[in-house]
Amino acid sequence: MRDVTIRSLAVALALVLAAGPWLPQWALSLLTISLGKGLVVLGLLLLMRTGLVSFGQGLYYCLGAYAAGVLAQWTGLYDAVAMLVFSAIVSVLVASVLGLLLASYRGIFFAMLSLAFSMILYGLLIKMPAFGSSDGFNVVARTMLGIELAGKGGYAVLALAAVSACAAAMALHRYLGSHLGSLAPAIRDNELRVEYMGASVRGAVHLNYAIAALLAGMGGGVTALSVGHIDPEMAYWTTSGEFVFVAILSGTGSVAAPLAGSILFEWLRSYAYQYSPNTWQMVLGAAMLLIIMFLPAGLWSVLARRNKGA
Amino acid sequence: MTAILEAKGLSKNFGAVTAAAGISAGIERDTVTGLIGTNGAGKTTFVNMITGHLKPDAGTIVFEGREITAMLPRRITRLGICRSFQIPQLYDSLTVFQNLMVGMSIVLRNARGGMFSRVPSTVPGFGLPAPDAAAALLAQFDLVRFRDRPAGELPEGIRKLLDIAMTMAAKPKVLLLDEPTSGVSAEEKFAIMDMVMEAVRAQGVTVLFVEHDMDIVARYAGRVLAFFDGRIISDGPPDVVLADAEVRKYVIGEAAPDRGKAAAHA
Repeated sequence: MRDVTIRSLAVALALVLAAGPWLPQWALSLLTISLGKGLVVLGLLLLMRTGLVSFGQGLYYCLGAYAAGVLAQWTGLYDAVAMLVFSAIVSVLVASVLGLLLASYRGIFFAMLSLAFSMILYGLLIKMPAFGSSDGFNVVARTMLGIELAGKGGYAVLALAAVSACAAAMALHRYLGSHLGSLAPAIRDNELRVEYMGASVRGAVHLNYAIAALLAGMGGGVTALSVGHIDPEMAYWTTSGEFVFVAILSGTGSVAAPLAGSILFEWLRSYAYQYSPNTWQMVLGAAMLLIIMFLPAGLWSVLARRNKGA
Repeated sequence: MTAILEAKGLSKNFGAVTAAAGISAGIERDTVTGLIGTNGAGKTTFVNMITGHLKPDAGTIVFEGREITAMLPRRITRLGICRSFQIPQLYDSLTVFQNLMVGMSIVLRNARGGMFSRVPSTVPGFGLPAPDAAAALLAQFDLVRFRDRPAGELPEGIRKLLDIAMTMAAKPKVLLLDEPTSGVSAEEKFAIMDMVMEAVRAQGVTVLFVEHDMDIVARYAGRVLAFFDGRIISDGPPDVVLADAEVRKYVIGEAAPDRGKAAAHA
């Protein structure tokens, strides 16, 4: 493996897996949730490279979480891996249908329409007593690949999250370098030319939308497994806004950026929350302001610049 | 000789404006045809109908014996009709090399037998892997020294060349050039056309080009179609068409001032 991105991801994965058993419980769950959310942001990276911003990734984040919960609750299939796979499948199926409509919208219309769909899901869920209405319900995986899990999973769920996130990032990296994936920046720059060169812009946008949904669904599944509880807030527009926030904070320079940025964001938030419980949003706001003013291409651009200079 | 491209009775109206009024023309294989006419005469509308950007109100377009009227632009491209643009349509944030590679990727994917077949390892028409085929185009269009520059930073003449080089990625059978030398300095015009014509002749491409510069038309076209008011008013070799009285009056606009006044009084 000569590819730096793939190699770095493999090293990071090995580090997380090795360090995991020695991490305190709070760090373990913080890291797991960061990776879950990082998966969603990874999907946003693909959309942003295609020139699209979705303010509704919460739709698939929430769908993925509910899919995992419903599978465990209603069918008695308590295996973490099966739950995660089901999260991904449900998200892709829904995205394939909604994509038929969304693939023809761009800019603010795409952003608002995706937000609207996520709010429809939110509206439906808070009115559904079978799914616990606005309280949601608990999700617990009892096994992973048939092996019994102790308590809430802890390290096992972190391992699952880390393997999923790294595998997803590597696959996305490969995809972006492929003949089909390399159309993304071309579509962002000039759709007309892509069509006149003989490719279907609509088809490529639809596919990228479905891939982003798959990643968001997996992210929701990971979060459900880690937190052990899900509720409709996961589809609320502020959740989606947070993903966009992290995507801008991280930058779209590399597939590793969303994962690193997401971990950083969760740490920043928990510290902000600890030291200024009433004004933590202000700390995040100030961080965002600084990023936009001094690093418009996101935190990743610091690393990219240093590599170039070396 | 049979025509590779045949337009029959093409008509197009935009509200009260007639952009095409029953245009019929057959284009022979391996020829270079110049399309001339004032702004609004219907040249670009003609190009847009052939490439599928506009659907004609009436009439048919046949390419290699197959009707392509109102097909989607990407389907027409896949059949072998490619176009360049009056205002270069590039991927501004990508480098010159990447711009060409996008073309190669699309060509490779379209060359698959079926939806799930493997992408061929060499680009059809080039017989080379994609990066080598792109490098060959860079050399052919003298773009090597701009290889890693973002397209958005290039001077206009180079943007024009890149725009045309990108159409060659698909090895078209018919190439439509929409004002290849507009916006280019007078000294560069012939250099650009020489390069394009050399590339095209080497591959046996049939060329149609829209042009306002009559020197370019006279030098490169084997046949000229003069458009006026949505119709073709003259069709023939450049020396005949460019000497035609109607063409001189309506297209080139060289009518003597007093003759123009006389016409207005009549």
